[in-house]
Amino acid sequence: MLCEECQLRPATVHITKIINNLKSELNLCEECAKGYKDEWGLGIQPAFSIPKFFAGLLDEEAGFGTGISQGYRQESKCDRCGQTYSEFTQTGRLGCNRCYAIFGKRLDPLLRRIHGSIRHTGKVPGRAGGKLRLKREVESLRAELEQLVAQEEFEKAAEVRDKIREVEKKLRS
Amino acid sequence: MDNDDLFAGTKCKWIEGSGPYADIVITSRVRLARNLEAFPFPQALTEVQQKEVVRAIAQTLDSSAVKNKFGKFRLIVLNELTAIERQILVEKHLISPEHAELKGYRAVALDKEEMISLMINEEDHLRIQVLLPALQIHESWRKANEIDDLLEKNLNFCFSETKGYLTSCPTNVGTGLRASVMLHLPGLVITKQANRILSALSQVGLTVRGLYGEGTEAAGNMFQISNQITLGRTEEEILQNLSSVIKQIVDQERSARELLLKEARSKLEDRVYRAFGALAHARIISSQEAISLLSEVRLGIDLKIIKNIDARILNELLVTIQPAYMQKLEGRKMSPSDRDKKRASIIREKLNVKFL
Repeated sequence: MLCEECQLRPATVHITKIINNLKSELNLCEECAKGYKDEWGLGIQPAFSIPKFFAGLLDEEAGFGTGISQGYRQESKCDRCGQTYSEFTQTGRLGCNRCYAIFGKRLDPLLRRIHGSIRHTGKVPGRAGGKLRLKREVESLRAELEQLVAQEEFEKAAEVRDKIREVEKKLRS
Repeated sequence: MDNDDLFAGTKCKWIEGSGPYADIVITSRVRLARNLEAFPFPQALTEVQQKEVVRAIAQTLDSSAVKNKFGKFRLIVLNELTAIERQILVEKHLISPEHAELKGYRAVALDKEEMISLMINEEDHLRIQVLLPALQIHESWRKANEIDDLLEKNLNFCFSETKGYLTSCPTNVGTGLRASVMLHLPGLVITKQANRILSALSQVGLTVRGLYGEGTEAAGNMFQISNQITLGRTEEEILQNLSSVIKQIVDQERSARELLLKEARSKLEDRVYRAFGALAHARIISSQEAISLLSEVRLGIDLKIIKNIDARILNELLVTIQPAYMQKLEGRKMSPSDRDKKRASIIREKLNVKFL
């Protein structure tokens, strides 16, 4: 949908007014919305951004009780793209792949909050090597083994155990 | 690009509208986010670097391995299009609204069927999107995965052993996979069950949005359901979770429709025919009114209350009554009231109402 005001940019701000049960709607782009005032004379608040919201959760400056150490802690900065951690908490976007290594542990609580996990278990690109694939295979076999033992299916468990040994041998070679 | 079918045609794969559960599921989309190791993420790049990213990806698409499997991709530089042309690609769901709006050098590569679109320099260097009609989410993934495999033979994607595929926004890290299914749920809306069912989805790691993705309202009883979690689950787990939830919602929608037919058939028929009547006769119609009336006609077709109308026509109309598409067709800028008139005439023509 294009902005009803300028007809140029996509409408990203949608205003629904209900006055005495009369509903009226207005679809504007962000630029035109800046000029809009409601019946209270207030402008539109900037769009709510989910990444920014999540990143904001990590902004220790605004957080609780980290008090005293503030201001003394050195600002961490990515040595590849130059982005700082506080820039990340502003935009919710990382600058490059290296940022993940530089900000490492500080990202984990955020990742856990978004995904409930901090560890990738999905697809591995072919070039990242067979080793990683084998490691993953051992992990999933171990999980299977545990389950079989819990179910007291010892014969099947023994088979899985042998498979694990085989894969581990391949890993060492 | 005046006679270009991309901006004037409706041959987009998803518009065909056939496949499993096509009476309720409109589209299945898979999107993979990937970044090239050689460059910082797109928003940190200069325009020259952004061009290099486009070139690197375009070169790989030109390789015989890709061409043999998926045919020739057409590369479109978004900067070279008008705002209206970019908006048409959004209306056809071939690029995201953000991709149309972003600054800098960005492009999209499309296959012949307009089923696969590779967005370049969106939030990430590469977004591989496969969009199919009906419930074919596993099929979409299979295709996207295949393209990903072919591309990674030439391109080094950012990948970490523990965090998986690295993306500009941490909400996509891990698999980089976003799978979305667009559902038409008039039965659940009429019987007032939609909110209750859909609000429970966040508990299983899924989110609901409107027709045009992030931040849009649900128009015409269309709901887009997608996975929220991309890290810590395998692609198969993510897709399995989504499709099993979708199948349950489809079942609920089916029983809501049956209930309506059984308990309130004449009321339902009245509603469907009134909607059809309004669409068939209106001379001025807003996009919002059209989309909500088309939803009722779609329901009427699915329940065989209305016969002799191909459901495909409704998918086409979802695109052809959009502002940018109409303005391109007319070859001029149109005021909202001009558009409302044009829209009404496009609908009358499409529904082939000859008896008037």
